[in-house]
Amino acid sequence: MLYFLRDLVKLQTPEDKVFSRLRAGDEVLLTGEIFTARDQAHKRLAALIKKGAKLPFDLKGQIIYYCGPTRTPPGKTIGSCGPTTSARMDKMTKPLLACGLKGMIGKGRRSEEVRGLIKKHKAVYFLATGGAGAFLSKRVLSVKPVCFKELGPEAVYKVSVKDFPLIVGIDSRGTDIFKRGRS
Amino acid sequence: MRKITEKNIIDTISRLCLDSNINLRRDVEKALLRAVEKENNKQARKILKQLLENAKIAKSERIPLCQDTGLPIVFVDIGRGVDITGLDMESAINRGVRDGYDRGFLRNSVVRDPLQRSLLSGFTPCVIHFGLGRHKGLRLTVLPKGFGCENKTKLIMLYPTATMAEIKKSIISAVIEAGPDACPPYILGIGIGGSADYACQLSKKALLRPIDKKSGLKHVARLEEELLKEANKLDIGPMGLGGKTTVLGVNILAHSTHIAGFPICVNISCHALRSASALLS
Repeated sequence: MLYFLRDLVKLQTPEDKVFSRLRAGDEVLLTGEIFTARDQAHKRLAALIKKGAKLPFDLKGQIIYYCGPTRTPPGKTIGSCGPTTSARMDKMTKPLLACGLKGMIGKGRRSEEVRGLIKKHKAVYFLATGGAGAFLSKRVLSVKPVCFKELGPEAVYKVSVKDFPLIVGIDSRGTDIFKRGRS
Repeated sequence: MRKITEKNIIDTISRLCLDSNINLRRDVEKALLRAVEKENNKQARKILKQLLENAKIAKSERIPLCQDTGLPIVFVDIGRGVDITGLDMESAINRGVRDGYDRGFLRNSVVRDPLQRSLLSGFTPCVIHFGLGRHKGLRLTVLPKGFGCENKTKLIMLYPTATMAEIKKSIISAVIEAGPDACPPYILGIGIGGSADYACQLSKKALLRPIDKKSGLKHVARLEEELLKEANKLDIGPMGLGGKTTVLGVNILAHSTHIAGFPICVNISCHALRSASALLS
Protein backbone atom coordinates (compact mmCIF):
# COMPACT_ATOMS: atom_id res chain seq x y z
CA MET A 1 0.00 0.00 0.00
CA LEU A 2 1.23 3.45 -0.81
CA TYR A 3 0.39 6.74 0.74
CA PHE A 4 1.29 10.19 -0.43
CA LEU A 5 1.43 12.70 2.37
CA ARG A 6 0.33 15.48 0.07
CA ASP A 7 -2.99 13.83 -0.52
CA LEU A 8 -3.26 11.57 2.50
CA VAL A 9 -5.02 9.20 0.19
CA LYS A 10 -4.37 5.49 0.18
CA LEU A 11 -3.10 4.24 -3.15
CA GLN A 12 -4.22 0.70 -3.83
CA THR A 13 -4.51 -0.13 -7.48
CA PRO A 14 -3.10 1.05 -10.76
CA GLU A 15 -6.40 2.79 -11.41
CA ASP A 16 -6.10 4.79 -8.23
CA LYS A 17 -6.93 8.43 -8.66
CA VAL A 18 -3.94 9.69 -6.67
CA PHE A 19 -1.53 9.00 -9.49
CA SER A 20 -3.63 10.84 -12.02
CA ARG A 21 -3.92 13.85 -9.73
CA LEU A 22 -0.17 14.28 -9.31
CA ARG A 23 1.34 17.05 -11.40
CA ALA A 24 4.92 17.59 -12.54
CA GLY A 25 6.69 19.61 -9.86
CA ASP A 26 4.57 18.34 -6.96
CA GLU A 27 6.56 17.38 -3.90
CA VAL A 28 5.36 14.18 -2.31
CA LEU A 29 6.35 12.00 0.63
CA LEU A 30 5.97 8.38 -0.33
CA THR A 31 5.15 5.69 2.20
CA GLY A 32 4.91 2.06 1.14
CA GLU A 33 6.81 -0.64 -0.70
CA ILE A 34 8.94 -0.14 -3.78
CA PHE A 35 11.25 -2.41 -5.79
CA THR A 36 14.84 -1.54 -6.65
CA ALA A 37 15.97 -2.38 -10.18
CA ARG A 38 18.69 -0.83 -12.32
CA ASP A 39 20.54 -1.67 -15.53
CA GLN A 40 21.13 -5.42 -15.33
CA ALA A 41 17.83 -6.18 -13.57
CA HIS A 42 16.00 -4.21 -16.28
CA LYS A 43 17.84 -6.13 -18.96
CA ARG A 44 16.74 -9.41 -17.39
CA LEU A 45 13.15 -8.34 -16.79
CA ALA A 46 12.83 -7.08 -20.36
CA ALA A 47 14.26 -10.37 -21.68
CA LEU A 48 11.86 -12.43 -19.56
CA ILE A 49 8.90 -10.38 -20.77
CA LYS A 50 10.02 -10.83 -24.38
CA LYS A 51 10.16 -14.60 -23.88
CA GLY A 52 6.71 -14.54 -22.31
CA ALA A 53 8.15 -16.04 -19.12
CA LYS A 54 6.72 -15.44 -15.68
CA LEU A 55 8.38 -12.58 -13.84
CA PRO A 56 9.92 -13.13 -10.40
CA PHE A 57 7.61 -10.41 -9.07
CA ASP A 58 4.42 -8.85 -10.34
CA LEU A 59 4.98 -5.41 -11.81
CA LYS A 60 1.31 -4.51 -11.87
CA GLY A 61 0.66 -1.34 -9.91
CA GLN A 62 4.21 -1.25 -8.56
CA ILE A 63 6.89 1.39 -8.34
CA ILE A 64 10.49 0.70 -9.38
CA TYR A 65 13.33 2.62 -7.80
CA TYR A 66 16.47 2.94 -9.95
CA CYS A 67 18.84 2.27 -7.10
CA GLY A 68 21.76 0.04 -6.18
CA PRO A 69 22.36 0.58 -2.47
CA THR A 70 25.66 0.12 -0.68
CA ARG A 71 25.96 -2.96 1.51
CA THR A 72 24.10 -2.84 4.81
CA PRO A 73 26.41 -2.38 7.80
CA PRO A 74 25.57 -4.46 10.88
CA GLY A 75 22.80 -2.93 12.96
CA LYS A 76 21.53 -0.79 10.07
CA THR A 77 18.52 -1.21 7.79
CA ILE A 78 20.24 -0.29 4.55
CA GLY A 79 23.37 1.48 3.36
CA SER A 80 23.43 4.61 1.24
CA CYS A 81 20.54 4.42 -1.23
CA GLY A 82 20.08 7.33 -3.61
CA PRO A 83 18.81 7.18 -7.22
CA THR A 84 20.89 6.40 -10.29
CA THR A 85 20.58 8.07 -13.73
CA SER A 86 17.19 7.15 -15.21
CA ALA A 87 18.10 7.71 -18.86
CA ARG A 88 20.01 4.42 -18.93
CA MET A 89 16.76 2.57 -18.26
CA ASP A 90 14.84 4.33 -21.06
CA LYS A 91 15.39 1.69 -23.73
CA MET A 92 14.13 -1.05 -21.38
CA THR A 93 11.14 0.76 -19.90
CA LYS A 94 8.50 0.02 -22.55
CA PRO A 95 7.87 -3.67 -21.73
CA LEU A 96 7.77 -2.94 -17.99
CA LEU A 97 5.11 -0.29 -18.41
CA ALA A 98 3.18 -2.68 -20.64
CA CYS A 99 3.21 -5.14 -17.71
CA GLY A 100 1.49 -2.60 -15.51
CA LEU A 101 4.42 -0.78 -13.88
CA LYS A 102 2.89 2.34 -12.38
CA GLY A 103 5.78 4.42 -11.12
CA MET A 104 9.51 4.93 -11.53
CA ILE A 105 11.92 6.76 -9.25
CA GLY A 106 15.27 8.01 -10.47
CA LYS A 107 17.17 11.13 -11.36
CA GLY A 108 17.48 13.21 -14.50
CA ARG A 109 15.73 13.30 -17.83
CA ARG A 110 13.74 10.62 -19.69
CA SER A 111 13.53 10.12 -23.42
CA GLU A 112 10.66 11.48 -25.46
CA GLU A 113 9.54 7.88 -26.05
CA VAL A 114 9.34 7.18 -22.31
CA ARG A 115 7.46 10.42 -21.72
CA GLY A 116 4.88 9.30 -24.28
CA LEU A 117 4.63 5.84 -22.72
CA ILE A 118 4.15 7.31 -19.25
CA LYS A 119 1.23 9.30 -20.64
CA LYS A 120 -0.18 6.27 -22.45
CA HIS A 121 -0.05 4.04 -19.37
CA LYS A 122 -1.01 6.80 -16.93
CA ALA A 123 2.15 6.17 -14.94
CA VAL A 124 4.33 8.66 -13.05
CA TYR A 125 8.07 9.31 -13.05
CA PHE A 126 9.43 10.63 -9.76
CA LEU A 127 12.73 12.33 -8.98
CA ALA A 128 14.68 11.60 -5.83
CA THR A 129 17.60 13.76 -4.74
CA GLY A 130 20.73 12.44 -6.44
CA GLY A 131 23.79 12.09 -4.26
CA ALA A 132 21.76 12.15 -1.05
CA GLY A 133 21.97 8.42 -0.38
CA ALA A 134 22.76 8.78 3.32
CA PHE A 135 19.86 11.18 3.82
CA LEU A 136 17.44 8.89 1.97
CA SER A 137 18.58 5.82 3.92
CA LYS A 138 16.95 7.29 7.02
CA ARG A 139 13.55 6.96 5.32
CA VAL A 140 13.87 3.22 4.78
CA LEU A 141 12.09 0.88 7.20
CA SER A 142 13.05 -2.53 5.82
CA VAL A 143 14.70 -4.29 2.88
CA LYS A 144 14.02 -7.75 1.49
CA PRO A 145 15.85 -9.42 -1.40
CA VAL A 146 13.47 -10.43 -4.20
CA CYS A 147 15.48 -11.83 -7.12
CA PHE A 148 18.69 -11.75 -9.19
CA LYS A 149 20.72 -11.97 -5.98
CA GLU A 150 23.88 -12.73 -7.97
CA LEU A 151 23.79 -9.19 -9.33
CA GLY A 152 24.91 -7.86 -5.95
CA PRO A 153 23.99 -4.18 -5.74
CA GLU A 154 21.97 -4.57 -8.94
CA ALA A 155 19.70 -7.26 -7.45
CA VAL A 156 16.02 -6.51 -6.93
CA TYR A 157 15.08 -5.59 -3.36
CA LYS A 158 11.70 -4.83 -1.94
CA VAL A 159 12.18 -1.68 0.08
CA SER A 160 9.69 -0.35 2.57
CA VAL A 161 9.94 3.43 2.81
CA LYS A 162 8.36 6.05 5.03
CA ASP A 163 8.00 9.69 4.01
CA PHE A 164 10.44 9.18 1.15
CA PRO A 165 10.82 12.68 -0.37
CA LEU A 166 10.13 12.84 -4.11
CA ILE A 167 9.32 15.37 -6.78
CA VAL A 168 7.04 14.46 -9.69
CA GLY A 169 9.22 14.56 -12.82
CA ILE A 170 6.71 13.41 -15.44
CA ASP A 171 3.04 13.19 -14.55
CA SER A 172 0.40 10.87 -15.99
CA ARG A 173 -0.57 13.54 -18.52
CA GLY A 174 2.96 13.45 -19.88
CA THR A 175 4.03 16.84 -18.54
CA ASP A 176 7.79 16.81 -18.05
CA ILE A 177 9.30 19.04 -15.34
CA PHE A 178 12.46 19.48 -17.40
CA LYS A 179 10.55 20.65 -20.47
CA ARG A 180 7.91 22.95 -19.08
CA GLY A 181 8.66 26.54 -18.12
CA ARG A 182 10.05 26.89 -14.66
CA SER A 183 8.56 29.12 -12.02
CA MET B 1 65.46 8.03 3.38
CA ARG B 2 62.24 6.47 4.59
CA LYS B 3 61.55 2.90 3.53
CA ILE B 4 57.91 2.50 2.51
CA THR B 5 56.43 -0.91 3.23
CA GLU B 6 53.51 -2.67 1.58
CA LYS B 7 51.68 -2.41 4.87
CA ASN B 8 52.11 1.40 4.83
CA ILE B 9 50.43 1.50 1.41
CA ILE B 10 47.63 -0.94 2.24
CA ASP B 11 46.74 0.82 5.51
CA THR B 12 46.87 4.30 4.00
CA ILE B 13 44.82 3.46 0.91
CA SER B 14 42.26 1.62 3.03
CA ARG B 15 41.85 4.63 5.31
CA LEU B 16 41.62 7.04 2.37
CA CYS B 17 38.87 4.93 0.73
CA LEU B 18 36.79 5.20 3.89
CA ASP B 19 37.56 8.84 4.55
CA SER B 20 36.79 9.99 1.01
CA ASN B 21 33.52 8.08 0.75
CA ILE B 22 32.15 9.12 4.13
CA ASN B 23 33.37 12.66 4.72
CA LEU B 24 32.37 15.42 2.34
CA ARG B 25 35.38 17.47 1.30
CA ARG B 26 35.60 20.64 3.35
CA ASP B 27 35.91 22.87 0.26
CA VAL B 28 32.78 21.32 -1.26
CA GLU B 29 30.87 21.69 1.99
CA LYS B 30 31.88 25.34 2.18
CA ALA B 31 30.74 25.87 -1.42
CA LEU B 32 27.36 24.29 -0.65
CA LEU B 33 26.93 26.49 2.44
CA ARG B 34 27.73 29.57 0.35
CA ALA B 35 25.32 28.42 -2.35
CA VAL B 36 22.46 28.07 0.16
CA GLU B 37 22.98 31.70 1.12
CA LYS B 38 23.20 32.99 -2.43
CA GLU B 39 20.48 30.89 -4.05
CA ASN B 40 17.12 32.66 -4.63
CA ASN B 41 15.21 29.65 -5.92
CA LYS B 42 13.31 28.16 -2.98
CA GLN B 43 13.31 24.57 -4.22
CA ALA B 44 17.01 24.79 -5.08
CA ARG B 45 17.76 26.00 -1.55
CA LYS B 46 15.78 23.12 -0.10
CA ILE B 47 17.74 20.59 -2.16
CA LEU B 48 21.08 22.18 -1.22
CA LYS B 49 20.10 21.90 2.44
CA GLN B 50 19.28 18.22 1.89
CA LEU B 51 22.80 17.76 0.54
CA LEU B 52 24.30 19.38 3.63
CA GLU B 53 22.06 17.23 5.82
CA ASN B 54 23.20 14.21 3.79
CA ALA B 55 26.83 15.02 4.62
CA LYS B 56 25.98 15.29 8.31
CA ILE B 57 24.20 11.93 8.35
CA ALA B 58 26.99 10.22 6.41
CA LYS B 59 29.54 11.49 8.91
CA SER B 60 27.63 10.62 12.06
CA GLU B 61 26.37 7.24 10.83
CA ARG B 62 29.64 6.35 9.10
CA ILE B 63 27.87 5.50 5.85
CA PRO B 64 28.89 6.66 2.38
CA LEU B 65 27.65 10.02 1.10
CA CYS B 66 26.38 8.37 -2.06
CA GLN B 67 25.44 4.79 -2.92
CA ASP B 68 27.74 5.04 -5.92
CA THR B 69 31.01 4.63 -4.07
CA GLY B 70 32.64 4.98 -7.42
CA LEU B 71 35.44 3.48 -9.36
CA PRO B 72 38.42 4.18 -7.09
CA ILE B 73 40.97 6.30 -8.94
CA VAL B 74 44.30 6.29 -7.11
CA PHE B 75 47.02 8.87 -7.71
CA VAL B 76 50.53 7.92 -6.62
CA ASP B 77 52.96 10.82 -6.61
CA ILE B 78 56.46 9.65 -5.93
CA GLY B 79 58.60 12.42 -4.48
CA ARG B 80 62.05 12.53 -2.98
CA GLY B 81 63.41 10.93 0.18
CA VAL B 82 61.41 7.72 0.03
CA ASP B 83 62.63 4.24 -0.76
CA ILE B 84 60.12 2.15 -2.68
CA THR B 85 62.48 -0.44 -4.13
CA GLY B 86 61.13 -3.96 -4.24
CA LEU B 87 57.57 -2.85 -3.54
CA ASP B 88 54.68 -4.44 -5.39
CA MET B 89 52.90 -1.12 -5.34
CA GLU B 90 50.05 -2.12 -7.60
CA SER B 91 48.93 -5.11 -5.54
CA ALA B 92 49.41 -3.19 -2.31
CA ILE B 93 47.11 -0.42 -3.60
CA ASN B 94 44.48 -2.90 -4.75
CA ARG B 95 44.67 -4.71 -1.42
CA GLY B 96 44.21 -1.39 0.35
CA VAL B 97 41.16 -0.61 -1.78
CA ARG B 98 39.63 -4.02 -1.08
CA ASP B 99 40.27 -3.62 2.63
CA GLY B 100 38.77 -0.12 2.79
CA TYR B 101 35.74 -0.92 0.66
CA ASP B 102 35.12 -4.07 2.64
CA ARG B 103 35.47 -2.43 6.05
CA GLY B 104 33.27 0.50 5.06
CA PHE B 105 30.50 -1.69 3.59
CA LEU B 106 30.97 0.31 0.41
CA ARG B 107 29.36 -0.78 -2.82
CA ASN B 108 31.03 -3.17 -5.15
CA SER B 109 30.53 -1.39 -8.45
CA VAL B 110 33.40 -2.93 -10.40
CA VAL B 111 32.91 -5.51 -13.14
CA ARG B 112 36.02 -7.48 -14.04
CA ASP B 113 35.38 -7.57 -17.74
CA PRO B 114 33.79 -4.60 -19.50
CA LEU B 115 32.22 -6.83 -22.16
CA GLN B 116 30.98 -9.69 -19.99
CA ARG B 117 29.69 -7.17 -17.39
CA SER B 118 28.11 -9.43 -14.83
CA LEU B 119 31.23 -10.68 -13.08
CA LEU B 120 31.82 -8.73 -9.90
CA SER B 121 35.49 -8.69 -9.12
CA GLY B 122 35.43 -7.50 -5.52
CA PHE B 123 36.11 -3.76 -5.67
CA THR B 124 39.28 -4.01 -7.77
CA PRO B 125 41.31 -3.55 -9.87
CA CYS B 126 41.14 0.19 -9.42
CA VAL B 127 42.62 2.76 -11.79
CA ILE B 128 46.09 3.93 -10.80
CA HIS B 129 47.96 6.98 -12.09
CA PHE B 130 51.64 7.04 -11.24
CA GLY B 131 53.50 10.33 -11.26
CA LEU B 132 56.81 11.78 -10.19
CA GLY B 133 57.12 15.00 -8.22
CA ARG B 134 59.70 17.22 -6.55
CA HIS B 135 57.92 17.13 -3.21
CA LYS B 136 59.26 15.20 -0.23
CA GLY B 137 57.65 11.83 0.40
CA LEU B 138 55.10 9.62 -1.29
CA ARG B 139 51.66 11.14 -1.81
CA LEU B 140 48.69 8.81 -2.10
CA THR B 141 45.30 10.14 -3.17
CA VAL B 142 42.01 8.29 -3.60
CA LEU B 143 39.23 9.75 -5.73
CA PRO B 144 36.18 7.47 -5.84
CA LYS B 145 34.52 8.60 -9.06
CA GLY B 146 30.80 8.06 -9.42
CA PHE B 147 29.80 7.05 -12.92
CA GLY B 148 26.61 9.04 -13.33
CA CYS B 149 28.87 12.02 -13.85
CA GLU B 150 31.83 10.15 -15.33
CA ASN B 151 29.50 9.19 -18.19
CA LYS B 152 29.21 12.89 -19.06
CA THR B 153 32.94 13.34 -19.69
CA LYS B 154 33.74 15.17 -22.92
CA LEU B 155 36.95 15.11 -24.89
CA ILE B 156 37.04 17.90 -27.42
CA MET B 157 39.84 18.30 -29.99
CA LEU B 158 39.66 21.91 -31.10
CA TYR B 159 41.72 23.55 -33.82
CA PRO B 160 44.73 25.50 -32.56
CA THR B 161 43.19 28.70 -33.91
CA ALA B 162 40.08 28.35 -31.76
CA THR B 163 38.88 31.61 -30.27
CA MET B 164 38.27 32.10 -26.58
CA ALA B 165 34.55 32.16 -27.33
CA GLU B 166 34.78 28.75 -29.04
CA ILE B 167 36.79 27.34 -26.16
CA LYS B 168 34.23 28.50 -23.62
CA LYS B 169 31.33 27.33 -25.75
CA SER B 170 32.73 23.80 -26.05
CA ILE B 171 33.23 23.55 -22.29
CA ILE B 172 29.82 25.00 -21.45
CA SER B 173 28.17 22.63 -23.94
CA ALA B 174 29.47 19.73 -21.84
CA VAL B 175 27.59 21.17 -18.86
CA ILE B 176 24.45 21.67 -20.94
CA GLU B 177 24.62 18.08 -22.14
CA ALA B 178 25.02 16.77 -18.60
CA GLY B 179 21.98 18.88 -17.73
CA PRO B 180 19.93 17.52 -14.84
CA ASP B 181 21.22 13.94 -15.17
CA ALA B 182 24.53 13.78 -13.32
CA CYS B 183 23.66 15.28 -9.93
CA PRO B 184 24.18 19.01 -10.25
CA PRO B 185 25.55 21.30 -8.86
CA TYR B 186 28.68 20.11 -10.62
CA ILE B 187 32.38 20.63 -10.19
CA LEU B 188 34.28 20.86 -13.48
CA GLY B 189 37.70 19.32 -13.78
CA ILE B 190 39.20 20.55 -17.04
CA GLY B 191 42.40 19.43 -18.70
CA ILE B 192 43.68 21.66 -21.48
CA GLY B 193 46.63 20.78 -23.70
CA GLY B 194 48.93 17.78 -23.81
CA SER B 195 47.64 14.88 -25.91
CA ALA B 196 44.12 13.46 -25.92
CA ASP B 197 44.90 10.94 -23.18
CA TYR B 198 46.88 13.44 -21.13
CA ALA B 199 44.11 16.07 -21.27
CA CYS B 200 41.77 13.41 -19.83
CA GLN B 201 44.20 12.61 -17.05
CA LEU B 202 44.66 16.30 -16.25
CA SER B 203 40.90 16.83 -16.11
CA LYS B 204 40.62 14.17 -13.44
CA LYS B 205 43.60 15.48 -11.53
CA ALA B 206 42.12 18.99 -11.63
CA LEU B 207 39.28 17.74 -9.44
CA LEU B 208 41.75 17.15 -6.62
CA ARG B 209 42.48 20.84 -6.15
CA PRO B 210 40.29 22.54 -3.52
CA ILE B 211 37.60 24.40 -5.44
CA ASP B 212 38.19 27.60 -3.49
CA LYS B 213 41.75 27.72 -4.83
CA LYS B 214 42.25 29.28 -8.24
CA SER B 215 44.85 28.28 -10.80
CA GLY B 216 48.29 29.78 -10.19
CA LEU B 217 48.31 31.07 -13.79
CA LYS B 218 46.49 34.37 -14.08
CA HIS B 219 44.92 33.82 -17.50
CA VAL B 220 43.82 30.33 -16.52
CA ALA B 221 42.33 31.59 -13.25
CA ARG B 222 40.41 34.19 -15.25
CA LEU B 223 39.02 31.50 -17.56
CA GLU B 224 37.98 29.46 -14.53
CA GLU B 225 36.10 32.42 -13.14
CA GLU B 226 34.41 33.27 -16.42
CA LEU B 227 33.32 29.67 -16.97
CA LEU B 228 31.89 29.49 -13.45
CA LYS B 229 29.89 32.64 -14.04
CA GLU B 230 28.62 31.49 -17.41
CA ALA B 231 27.69 28.01 -16.23
CA ASN B 232 25.69 29.42 -13.37
CA LYS B 233 23.54 31.37 -15.84
CA LEU B 234 22.31 28.11 -17.40
CA ASP B 235 19.49 27.73 -14.84
CA ILE B 236 20.13 24.00 -14.49
CA GLY B 237 20.40 24.20 -10.71
CA PRO B 238 20.33 21.47 -8.05
CA MET B 239 18.68 18.28 -9.40
CA GLY B 240 18.28 20.17 -12.67
CA LEU B 241 15.18 21.93 -11.36
CA GLY B 242 16.45 25.47 -11.83
CA GLY B 243 18.41 28.00 -9.86
CA LYS B 244 21.72 29.74 -10.14
CA THR B 245 23.69 26.95 -8.43
CA THR B 246 24.67 24.83 -11.43
CA VAL B 247 28.43 24.64 -10.92
CA LEU B 248 30.21 24.93 -7.56
CA GLY B 249 33.72 25.16 -8.91
CA VAL B 250 35.85 25.12 -12.05
CA ASN B 251 39.41 23.76 -11.85
CA ILE B 252 41.66 23.86 -14.90
CA LEU B 253 45.04 22.21 -15.36
CA ALA B 254 46.91 23.25 -18.49
CA HIS B 255 49.88 21.66 -20.22
CA SER B 256 51.91 22.51 -23.30
CA THR B 257 50.66 20.94 -26.50
CA HIS B 258 51.28 20.51 -30.23
CA ILE B 259 51.09 23.35 -32.78
CA ALA B 260 48.31 21.50 -34.63
CA GLY B 261 46.14 20.66 -31.66
CA PHE B 262 44.05 21.92 -28.79
CA PRO B 263 42.80 19.04 -26.63
CA ILE B 264 40.26 19.89 -23.97
CA CYS B 265 38.79 17.33 -21.62
CA VAL B 266 35.92 18.21 -19.32
CA ASN B 267 35.51 15.74 -16.48
CA ILE B 268 32.29 16.54 -14.73
CA SER B 269 31.91 15.69 -11.07
CA CYS B 270 28.62 15.54 -9.23
CA HIS B 271 28.29 17.63 -6.07
CA ALA B 272 29.54 14.60 -4.11
CA LEU B 273 33.12 15.21 -5.21
CA ARG B 274 35.11 12.89 -3.03
CA SER B 275 38.83 12.58 -2.54
CA ALA B 276 41.30 12.14 0.27
CA SER B 277 45.07 12.35 0.33
CA ALA B 278 47.97 11.36 2.57
CA LEU B 279 51.69 12.03 2.49
CA LEU B 280 54.09 9.32 3.59
CA SER B 281 57.43 10.92 4.35
